[in-house]
Parts: sequence; structure tokens; C-alpha cells
Amino acid sequence: MLGFLFRRLGDIIPTFFGVTLLVFFLIRLIPGDPILMLAGERGVDAARYAELQAQYGFDQPIIVQYFDYLMGVFQGDLGKSFVTKKPVLDEFLVLFPATVELGLTGILFAVCFGVPFGVLAAINRGKWIDHLTMSVSLTGYSMPIFWWALLLIMFFSTTLGWTPVSGRLSVMYYIEPTTGFMLIDTLLSDEKGAFISALRHMILPTIALGTIPMAVIARMTRSSMLEVLGEEYIRVARAKGLSPLRVIMVHALRNALIPVITVIGLQVGVLLAGAILTETIFSWPGIGKWIIEAMNRRDYPTIQGGILMIAFLVMGVNLIVDLLYGVVNPRIRHKR
Amino acid sequence: MKANFVKVAIGAGLLAATALSAPTAASAKTLVYCSEGSPEGFNPSLYTAGTTFDASSRQVFNRLVQFKRGTTTIVPGLATSWDVSADGQEYTFNLRKGVKFHTTNDFTPTRDFNADDVIYTFMRQFDKNHPYHGVSGGSYEYFNGMSMPDLIKDIVKVDDYTVKFVLNRPEAPFIANMAMDFASVLSAEYADKMMEAGTPENVDLNPVGTGPFQLVQYQKDAVIRYKAFPEYWEGKAAIDNLIFAITPDSTVRYQKLKAGECHVMPYPNPADLTEMDADASINLMSQEGLNVGYLGYNTEKEPFTNVKVRKALNMAINKDAIIEGVYQGAGAAAKNPIPPTIWSYNNDTVDDPYDPEAAKAMLAEAGYPDGFTTDIWAMPVQRPYNPNARRMAELIQADWAKIGVQAEIVSYEWGEYLDRTKKGEQGTFMLGWTGDNGDPDNFLAVLLGCDGVGGSNRARFCNDEFEQLIQQAKTTSDVLERTRLYEEAQLVFKREAPWATIAHSIVFEPIRNEVVDYKIDPFGGHIFYGVDIKE
Repeated sequence: MLGFLFRRLGDIIPTFFGVTLLVFFLIRLIPGDPILMLAGERGVDAARYAELQAQYGFDQPIIVQYFDYLMGVFQGDLGKSFVTKKPVLDEFLVLFPATVELGLTGILFAVCFGVPFGVLAAINRGKWIDHLTMSVSLTGYSMPIFWWALLLIMFFSTTLGWTPVSGRLSVMYYIEPTTGFMLIDTLLSDEKGAFISALRHMILPTIALGTIPMAVIARMTRSSMLEVLGEEYIRVARAKGLSPLRVIMVHALRNALIPVITVIGLQVGVLLAGAILTETIFSWPGIGKWIIEAMNRRDYPTIQGGILMIAFLVMGVNLIVDLLYGVVNPRIRHKR
Repeated sequence: MKANFVKVAIGAGLLAATALSAPTAASAKTLVYCSEGSPEGFNPSLYTAGTTFDASSRQVFNRLVQFKRGTTTIVPGLATSWDVSADGQEYTFNLRKGVKFHTTNDFTPTRDFNADDVIYTFMRQFDKNHPYHGVSGGSYEYFNGMSMPDLIKDIVKVDDYTVKFVLNRPEAPFIANMAMDFASVLSAEYADKMMEAGTPENVDLNPVGTGPFQLVQYQKDAVIRYKAFPEYWEGKAAIDNLIFAITPDSTVRYQKLKAGECHVMPYPNPADLTEMDADASINLMSQEGLNVGYLGYNTEKEPFTNVKVRKALNMAINKDAIIEGVYQGAGAAAKNPIPPTIWSYNNDTVDDPYDPEAAKAMLAEAGYPDGFTTDIWAMPVQRPYNPNARRMAELIQADWAKIGVQAEIVSYEWGEYLDRTKKGEQGTFMLGWTGDNGDPDNFLAVLLGCDGVGGSNRARFCNDEFEQLIQQAKTTSDVLERTRLYEEAQLVFKREAPWATIAHSIVFEPIRNEVVDYKIDPFGGHIFYGVDIKE
């Protein structure tokens, strides 16, 4: 198991270099000089322009700029934002918990509904329940997030008044962030009702973000279950007189879950992409929105730092997923 | 079973009750503003975005002179009065006594506001050797952009309550510059304390000002909290707490306004305006913005060197169709290069009429009976003064085709666009301007003065008569005289037609009915001192 872990960690190093290289050079290919963008209609005179270039290090050859950047990264310094002048890492750490919190509830929602729906559809193959769950999941999969999110807001918040429109917490509560996870921070605080408020604020963004992964997971579970249910050992289990529930939950589902776990791992990327839209619509203070804004302003250090951190995250999650295979299926862990 | 049901019902009821009743500190009045984004920081001299000014200068700080709320008129602020020397090169400000600074977790002021604070505020931006000059990136774009380093010769503390600014040349708009956001006065005592503590950047992150509200908490992309400053020199604000709920999506802001989650929202989506207007709980306020959108002619390039050609093209443009199609009604036709909210706006100017026949005749008179081919440069970005340049270019292209002028639409990425138009590569181009300080000079000299050719004067217009008028107006501080000069300059502008003035945008601000005394700020700001909430 340890050898497996080290081998996988070894793969990460070239990937890391690849990401820094790609991000650094690609964003410089986007047309638009950050200094001119910042100056706008007002413009900036030649002397001031040169001064700013020197300040941002743009007067150096690009290779030198890249190595400076790389050296910084190795020392844990992702640079300072052009816009706020604050260290990129500090900003990332403030916003990141919000994205993680939403991502976790999103994936939880997707798994909790996706897997049972998939199982239900598989064991009722061809019946109305199968058609219903599969068409619902197809609809969910095809729905543009921003539109779906606005529909949810208009129906549940504005018309019915059940949930708040946006944000992470009612502005009436004054919570000092300690962990950055609103559900935990509100529980730790002595503001009565803050936790409930945080919970209510989570509902719609969770649904909006979790819908596409849920649909994918449901469809994957269904097809994987169908495959497993056709296997001989299932017939044997049934023939031995085991209860249908035990056959499905223990014998079939456990084996059917391996491809589903892969898909769940892949959904992390989808969640982060979806987070950009979800965060913007629900005014959720996370990193998706932060990176988009940085792109619009050509804030190179923020874009570089943000994407690098996300790449790290995706690599980390993939590693965990690989390790999870080992838990679910011992054959993988022993394979050389 | 029944007992269980009752327990659950009671539990659910309690849950709902706690959820709905937010903690209210004994009927404190709280105003929630759904702002559009996060501020870049809290020191207005370091930044240029309106979002940053809303969060900093407009609530937390004061300036020596200020704009009367809802107008571009200058009134005393931290200075009670000021004198201008006969040569117009010395401005002496008499400072207000008894003005308190905010007390925060990091800082308790031991003295009132005085001349040292003014000196610190401006020397930090002006003097490159000032210990604070390089703190927090040290780029003072507005101070530089308004040419303050060239203009100011020295800043002198005469005594504790008198400060003198010595200028290199007479410059009447200087006083308006002093009312701008970058001129917000910071505490020198706080700065010294933070420098001693080795955390000078705290001055820019945790602001200490003299303004009506003091910052309590800021969470990036989520919320900014302020409380009313009880010792504010103009009297405590009517509201007790001010909260900015940061909500970037305009449709969502409107949903929050409808749901009562906020009281005021900026920048509504034009598509929502009709519904807002019909909503009985919402008061949709509107006013012409401090901006102008225009189509400029490169007056150094053939055939636009000929005033008749420019006039003819002006007459061929159907402005009403543009206001309908591009501004979706949220614009007012412009006839002057300055917006009507600025003093000295000339009401007597007569706009070029929309008359394709006359345009065609004038074009023939200018020597182009069959028209000519040219280009229209369209900006790639959306701006308040021009929400859709591409669409506007298409409409103008069609209008001009009717008089035989074939125009090709050209566009570049924004930075490139600004750079190339500065160099004069364009035939005709679209752009606009949003005023900085409410002074006519900020439009007329910056955009149309001879010094601006190769810079922000992209029409490369340099007319002796016009230049003389605006230079004269710069050097006199008599407002009546300046008004007369600028009114005349606008007539010269109209006669010479370096631009087709298209429109001034209309700013809409939906507020909930319970909000009273809210005023639209002509500078596009959002100011909450003087605003109240009906019980």
C-alpha cells in the first residue's frame, strides 16, 4: 500500500511543473496588458507605465519572470495580487473553505440521491420508476446551472419565501470566521439561530451545484448495477436464499460502486467548474468567483496562484480516489 | 404516537421561529445595501474603482471640501473655509476644530483632527521619499491621473489648523480635486502608531477616518459591516448599522430587494426595470449620469479635417434609434460634451438635427457627392456611457450608408483599443467619459484640449478659440466667469463638431419604500449618511 502511495506521489511532480508552465504562459497569451486594463479610459503616461512595469517585474525577460515565480512557489509565496496588493495565498485561504463547504454538501447531495436513484432504476429496469429517474437525471444533467439556480431562487425564495436568496448567512448575524466553514463557525458561536440560518443558506446552492453530479452518478450507478446484477455470483447468492436486500446491498452494490467512485472523483473537477457559476449567482464567497474576477482584470498572480491551488486539489482528490479503490477492491492494491 | 407528533410539531415551530427572528439589538436601525462587489481595499487614494470608494471614502472618510449630497456643488468639509491668493497659485485651508477620529481595536486617538493629518494624507501620495509612499503597493493612480504631482509645488503647515497648498500654476479645478475620493483625510497619529508597530499596511486595511460610519468587519466577497460613528462632526447618522451584502449578480440583487433582504441595490439589469417600476414596494429612482458617450472623428485625418464632413455625418445619425436600441431607454440624447448635472452646462446649444437629406447635401458641398469609405472603431467592453458599442456601430454604419458613406466596423481588445486610438490610427471611434470631480474642465480640457492630443484627446481636436476659452477658465477661480467661458466653449465645440455627442446614460437606483431621503449621487457613488428607514 505504501509503495503504491509513493508511486502515485511520484507522478504528481511532473504534473505540477506542467501546470505551472501552462498557467504561466497561457495567461500571458490572453490579449490585454494588465497595466492598460487597470488604467482604462484615463490612460497612463509613458514614465508611469515604465514604473509600473518595473514594479510588476514585466521589464524582465519572460523566462526570468517564470523562474522568479517558480522560486516563489517553492517557498510558499504565490505573489501579490495586482488589484488588492495582498498575498494571493492569504486571499485563497480565506475563500477556500467556502468553496470546500459547498463542494462537500454538493457531492454529499449528489451521492445521497444519485446512488439510491441509480439502484432503484436498476432493480426496476424497464418499469416506470426506471424511466422516471432516468428522465429526471437527464433533465438535471442538461440544465444550465445559472438558469437552474435562478429558477430555484425565484420559486423557493421569492415566491414561497422558504429559503434566503443568496449569501452564506443572514447579514443580521455577526460571526467572526474561525475555521472558515460557516456551519462549524455558527455552531461554535453563541449567536442563537445562526446555525439554522447558515443551513438554510446552504440548501439552494447545494441543489444547484449537486444536480449535474447527481445525474451523472445516478446514470453510472444504474448501468454498473445492471452489469453486476447479471453476474453469476448474484444468481448464486439468490439461489442460496439470501434476502433480496442483502443481495443488492452487499453483493451487488459493493462491486458496482468501483466505477461509480471513479465518477465521483471526476466530479470534483465538475464541481469546481460549477462552483464558478453557483458562487456568482448565490453570492458565495469562494474561489470560483475570485478567479473569474481576476481573469477579467488580468490579475496574473491571482490567476496563477488560484489555478495552481485548484490543480493541486484535483491531484489530491484523484490520489485519494485511487487509494479508495484499494479499500473497495483489494486486487488493485496488490497489483504491481 | 400522538405525543411524539406534538413534540415534533413544537420542535419544528421553534426551529422556524429561530430561523425567522434575526437577533435585533433593541430596535437598532439597520440598512442593508446589496453592493456589487468587493472593494480592492480601504484606502481610497490607492485605488480607482467606484466599488472601493463606496466602501471607503464615501462612508468612512471626509475630505477638506466635499460635494453636497446629490449634487456636484462644493461645500466645506474638514476645512471650514479656504482662500485663494490673487495669482491663483496658493490655496489656504482653514481646518475645522473638534473633529474626532474613529476608535478601533488597533487604535484609540488621543487628539482631534488637525493639520498633521492633512500633511500626512497628501505627502504620502506626493513625496516619493515619504516613509508611507511605498506601503501597500504605493500606486496613487488618481493623484497621478489628476496631474497633482506636476501641479503641486509644496504643502505647508501654517499652524495646527491652517494648511497651505502652493501650486506651480493657477488651476481653478484644484478645489474640485480636493473633494475627490483620493483626497480623503487619514489619521497621521494612527499611521505613526502602525509604523512603530511594524504593520504600516494596517492603515489601508483597517481604516480610521472621521466619517459618519466606522468599519466593523469585512469578509471578502461576503459582507462589510459598519456602525454609525456617534461623535461624527455633522451629527450621528440616522441609521445605526450599515451592512453591505456583496451580491455580484444583478438579477439576484433584485430578488434580494424584492424579498426584503436588502434596502438599496445598485446597477439593476435593464430587463428588470419595467417590473421594478410596477412594484409597489419599490421606488425606482433615476437620474442622468455624470458621463457622455460619443463618436469621435480623427480631426487630423482626411476627410474628417473638413468640418462639413463631420457635420454631415452628425446629421446622418439617428440618435433616437440608438437610445431605443442600445440604451434600451436608459439614456438621454446628448448635445453638449458635458452632462447636464455639471454646472455651466449650456442649455442654449442647438443639436445637429437628424436629417439625412441635408446631410447628403452638405457632404456634396464638402466635395464628397458619392460619399467615401471609412471605419468605425467600436469598443469591446460595456461601459455605463455605452452599454453596447458594437450594436451602436452597426446602427451608425446603417445610417451613414444611407448618405453613401461606407464604414467598416473595427474592434480590438480593450487595452489595444485604447492604445491605438491614442495614437490616432482610427478614422472614427467610439468612447466616452465619466466625470471625476464634477468640474467642466475635467471633460473639456481632458478630452478636447490641445495638451490631450496623443493622450485622452483621441479626436486630436486642437482649436485655438476653444483652447483659449478653456485655458482662461482654468486660471480664474471666479465661478461666474468660468461658467460664461465654458458655455461659450460648448458653442465652439458644437460648431466645430469633433464628436457626434450620442447620449448620457440614465442611472437607475431601486430602493425599498421604507428608505427615506436617499439621493442619487451624480458621481455614481452610494452614500448613506443622511438616509433613514421608516419604522
